[in-house]
Amino acid sequence: MNNSIKVSCTKKNLKLIRDFVTDYLEQLALSDVLMNQIVLAVDEICANLIIHANNEDPSKYIYLTITEPKNAVQFEITDNGVAFQSTNYKEPDILEHVRIGKKGGVGIALVKRIMDKVEFSSKDGSNACLLYKKIK
Amino acid sequence: MKITQDIKDSTIIMTLDGELDASSSVILDEELSDPEIMKYSKILVDCRNLNYISSAGLGVFISHLQRFEDAQIKLIFFNMQDKVRNVFEILGLDLLMTIVTNYEEAITIADE
Repeated sequence: MNNSIKVSCTKKNLKLIRDFVTDYLEQLALSDVLMNQIVLAVDEICANLIIHANNEDPSKYIYLTITEPKNAVQFEITDNGVAFQSTNYKEPDILEHVRIGKKGGVGIALVKRIMDKVEFSSKDGSNACLLYKKIK
Repeated sequence: MKITQDIKDSTIIMTLDGELDASSSVILDEELSDPEIMKYSKILVDCRNLNYISSAGLGVFISHLQRFEDAQIKLIFFNMQDKVRNVFEILGLDLLMTIVTNYEEAITIADE
């Protein structure tokens, strides 16, 4: 089964990524809720990479690879854009977002709450995000 | 994402059809930003055919919540699929927003 995809950096391609992940996960017979959570986590990371790290430049690409470590599913998403500064990350205060009418900034919180492991790394201008989720 | 509006007196029933992601949620933001919407006192959002929501879609609702509250406009979600409701719950948004089971319940709460 095909486990990797290369996608150019436009927001329209997020649907393509979600469909790819959904198709791959079908064989694992997960519940609707869990399946949606995992697809969502991958979508959130890819949206951040497309919009923020690569400025929606269609000449740039992100790469997604799915693997299945024991009793788990793992996603590696790589790109060559601006690296995510995970040390600057702060949990969002949702009430404050409501008060000031803020639109963004809750995506990574979703990913961290859904996944069992979220790791960012950078080397020689290439960035990788690793998402790991136990499924049994 | 396809959004249709059905107006009954002081109520707008907004039906969402499709997926709200970083690409498509712009359309929802435009609908909710329309000054015309402030003329109504109730916005009922039918989520039966909302198959997916990401943080971008949630963010649109978060960003309009206070404005509607200040204007005493009730925003009520109904017919939400479990997997979509779960995404609201992960961030605790189900405690800040009104999400009910069906249209009848939405109407009852809207009229309270």
